[in-house]
Amino acid sequence: MLRLEGLEIRQDDFALSADWSLDDGAICAVMGPSGGGKSTLLSVIAGFLAPTRGRVVWDGRDLTGLPPAVRPISILFQDNNLFPHLTVERNLGLGLDPRLRLDANQKARIAEVLARVGLAGLGDRKPGALSGGQQSRAALARVLLMDRPLVLLDEPFAALGPGLRAEMLDLAREVLAGPGRTLLMVSHAPEDAARIADRIVLVGEGRAAPPGEAQALLADPPPALRAYLGL
Amino acid sequence: MAAGPVAVIRVARWPGGLAAGLVLALTLGTLAAVLWRAGFALRLGPADLSAIRFTIWQALLSAALSVGFAVPVARALARRRFAGRGALVTLLGAPFILPVVVAVMGLLGVFGRGGVLNDALGLVGLGPVSIYGWHGVVLAHVFFNLPLATRLILQGWQAIPAERFRLAASLGAPTGRLLEWPMLRAVAPGAFAVIFLICLTSFAVALILGGGPRATTVELAIYQAVRFEFDLGRAATLAAVQFGLCAAAAVAVRAAGGAPEAMGGGLDRVVERHEGGGWSRAADAAWIALAALFLLAPLAMVVARGLPGLVELPDGLWAAAGRSVAVALGATALTLVLALALVLRGGVAAQLSSLLPLAASSLVMGTGLFVVLYPFVAPRDVALVVTALVNAAMALPFAARVLAPAVAQAEAAHGRLADSLGLHGWARLRWLILPRIRRPLGFAAGLTAALSMGDLGVIALFAGDGQATLPLLMVRLMGAYRMEQAAGAALVLLALSLALFWVFDRGGRVDAAA
Amino acid sequence: MIHRLPAGLALTLAAAPALAQSETLTVYAPDYFASEWGPGPAIEAAFEAECGCDLEYQTGDLMPRLLLEGARTEADVAIGLDSTEMARARETGLFAPHGAPTGELTLPIAWEDEVFLPFNWSYLAFVYDNEALGEVPASFAELVAAPDDLRIAIQDPRSSVSGLSLALWADEVFGDEAEEKWAALAPKIVTVTPGWSESYGLFTEGEVDMVLSYTTSPAYHRIAEEDDTVSAAIFEEGHYMTIELAAMLEGTDNPDLARRFMEFVVSDTFQEIIPTSNWSYPSAMPAAEWPEGFRDLPLPEQAIWLPEAEASEARDPAIAAWQQGLSR
Repeated sequence: MLRLEGLEIRQDDFALSADWSLDDGAICAVMGPSGGGKSTLLSVIAGFLAPTRGRVVWDGRDLTGLPPAVRPISILFQDNNLFPHLTVERNLGLGLDPRLRLDANQKARIAEVLARVGLAGLGDRKPGALSGGQQSRAALARVLLMDRPLVLLDEPFAALGPGLRAEMLDLAREVLAGPGRTLLMVSHAPEDAARIADRIVLVGEGRAAPPGEAQALLADPPPALRAYLGL
Repeated sequence: MAAGPVAVIRVARWPGGLAAGLVLALTLGTLAAVLWRAGFALRLGPADLSAIRFTIWQALLSAALSVGFAVPVARALARRRFAGRGALVTLLGAPFILPVVVAVMGLLGVFGRGGVLNDALGLVGLGPVSIYGWHGVVLAHVFFNLPLATRLILQGWQAIPAERFRLAASLGAPTGRLLEWPMLRAVAPGAFAVIFLICLTSFAVALILGGGPRATTVELAIYQAVRFEFDLGRAATLAAVQFGLCAAAAVAVRAAGGAPEAMGGGLDRVVERHEGGGWSRAADAAWIALAALFLLAPLAMVVARGLPGLVELPDGLWAAAGRSVAVALGATALTLVLALALVLRGGVAAQLSSLLPLAASSLVMGTGLFVVLYPFVAPRDVALVVTALVNAAMALPFAARVLAPAVAQAEAAHGRLADSLGLHGWARLRWLILPRIRRPLGFAAGLTAALSMGDLGVIALFAGDGQATLPLLMVRLMGAYRMEQAAGAALVLLALSLALFWVFDRGGRVDAAA
Repeated sequence: MIHRLPAGLALTLAAAPALAQSETLTVYAPDYFASEWGPGPAIEAAFEAECGCDLEYQTGDLMPRLLLEGARTEADVAIGLDSTEMARARETGLFAPHGAPTGELTLPIAWEDEVFLPFNWSYLAFVYDNEALGEVPASFAELVAAPDDLRIAIQDPRSSVSGLSLALWADEVFGDEAEEKWAALAPKIVTVTPGWSESYGLFTEGEVDMVLSYTTSPAYHRIAEEDDTVSAAIFEEGHYMTIELAAMLEGTDNPDLARRFMEFVVSDTFQEIIPTSNWSYPSAMPAAEWPEGFRDLPLPEQAIWLPEAEASEARDPAIAAWQQGLSR
């Protein structure tokens, strides 16, 4: 279970607080106006930013001081999720061993995961030789391979068209969601949230609200969400 | 803990500390050694004050002219597209990496009394112009540094997004006042400062073209003090003055908003412009042609004068060339390691120590190393190693400036991904940094190798029997009346310097992933 | 080990203990001397054949190097010191009497120094292309008075022995008027280079009409290039002499071998190597025995040379006159 305990983030005139927990296995959309602090919240959870106060706790374990790589977390950014100079196989391999000394067993696992996201046989390509959708699949494959219990998606599919984006979200849900894995995704589009999320965290006015039931929130938006959605 | 980026230890800091220590030892440490040997007797000679004045004055003038001419040339290169533009931009960089001895030969071939220019002036009945004296020094400095200034300013031009030019064009606004002037105000002072620093400590030029005691520079006075008068106290004092001058200049640069960051490649893009035809097109063409003529004609003269000497190259030439290449490769490896270590460490101390050699005198560095090493090893046993070491230090400021922005860019784009994957230390270097900075790394390596190739340096102080490098061999040939063979050796030196640069620069580009 | 040797040499050898093959004589020499085109290699070969030892050069600036190294120097012998540096060299106390016979010396001046032994000499002179230059000055005064379009390259007295010798020469010829004469000469001086070779390069490139060099420079062009167009202008006032010296180190761990080398310096074998590799006059060979191409070079009527005490006294004022005259 992810728990944010009295979390406060202050940067110049920006402030954000959060104090809630998220059940295991949840798929939670983080929504709210631009500049509200959605990405900042994910950065703090992932360990790229230190909170001014409070703690990030996973299954009772305090993560607050830990560097990103040792947290039980995988994260996909808006862009640059793959090193352009490495093949897909090596990009995935880095998720298993930063020194890239891969044994046959690990290589087989990479091939297996690639097949699972529909990239069978493309391991020796560099990202530049893949389409945008394929690049997203490769990035998802690495998350799958790393097999961390908490996955943060910071709008990794924002640059894709609506059709492809829906496809990727479906794929993400299909391969990543399930018992023992929690998904936290920043989203701008209510239809994305409606598509896969069962929880929604509203971020705005200096606060990240506790996760609410997605269908209920979307069906009867509170004033803040209503304003954001333009209803 | 305050909000802000978590201090992730990405790459160990000790290599940077070690590198900074080595650079400090090589620069200030050697100066201290010389001072100690001189019994801490600081003193200046009677003419040294005027040497200091002349040094500052010529460096100011050289930097001003280099930047002044670079503006129209860079502007022309930025907005015109023509066949061979890429090759020309590369070739225009050649003077910067040219061995000084060779370059002076080429300049004399063009601007000397028997040079092409005076021949041409004679044909139309105009009197000869003289290259000697202070204007010779300044001319040579502009020759060496115009390419650098052009490069820096061209980068400024290309950093202006095409959309802004489009916006300005759609508004019918004057691009000059709106876009170009602010860019120049940001970039030109930095370019001026870098070139001022380079001219402050360059001396080989003044040695030959200076014309007389009025054109004595500080570095030339150091040369006299070390090699002829053996007045180490005076040499050390002058070297300290030189550090002071450079420090003052560096402070002035910081005050003026900092030096431009990039020196690297990537100048192939033409700035999209929506104005200018007719006159401005002709003016641009003229500027490009003039710059090309000014920079390339001396190179052509080196080739022309060197060709007869190729028939009868002296016996030891290829061995000396081999030693020079070995020294250059050693210096290159060392410079890249030092520069990377300093750049990765970051921070003001690392930045300062990467710039320190710019203010150092290689003669004082060599003498200091001699003083330090002599009790332990025979100088001739370490002659080539010491030469490589000094050359590496002297090229470090340039290499560091090339690499720093590239490393910063790689970290900005991919640092968080690397953090999330736990890429630390060597793995981060191997899988993120090095592949992302291949092009600037190749460029820096080429620059260092070429600069080291052409440096006469401290080998003269240390060399034993049969240890001559190619520049030293040239000097020996000249000392034995063999001027034609020396010209042949100069051509070989020129070819090898450019070839080394090309190989490394090319190596950085080939197969470099997007 | 007994060698079969000519009688004369056997005599010298008898005094010296037998020398092992492995013994090494370390000779410090200027860069030009030991280079492939200097006299060094031939001298090395000749001496090694004679002594059965190993001669090793270490090149570089002699005095700076010796002063840096002090008494701990590895040098057994230093060769290539200029006579203008003699006072400084003697002051170091690093050198020992050479013991070689000075009676065989053939310099235009008497030489009896116990420590510094000349091995070659020449006269400083302005060299020109005899096909290009119309009016050749016949005296230093005429040179000073020559039209300002005469183009001359000289060397810096603060960084070269030839430049320093020139300053001393002018000081000796013009005395108190030296500064004025330098000022009059200034418009004709195209450039001042740090050393001889840069100036000479400008001359061969046609950049200057006259260059400060030596009366023996034309010999190189005659003998090595079969070119008779280079001449040295002979001045009525006399010419300053350049004398190069060898000396053995006090602290040598091989005094016998070093002494033997000093004797070798004035031997015929050594002296015969000098003219056509050092392009100067040998120090111990009568003019009649000089190679052709040297014999018929015009010689100045009068040799000017300041003994070390006078030279060190004159040095600073002479340089100051040069500097001030040229800075006007």
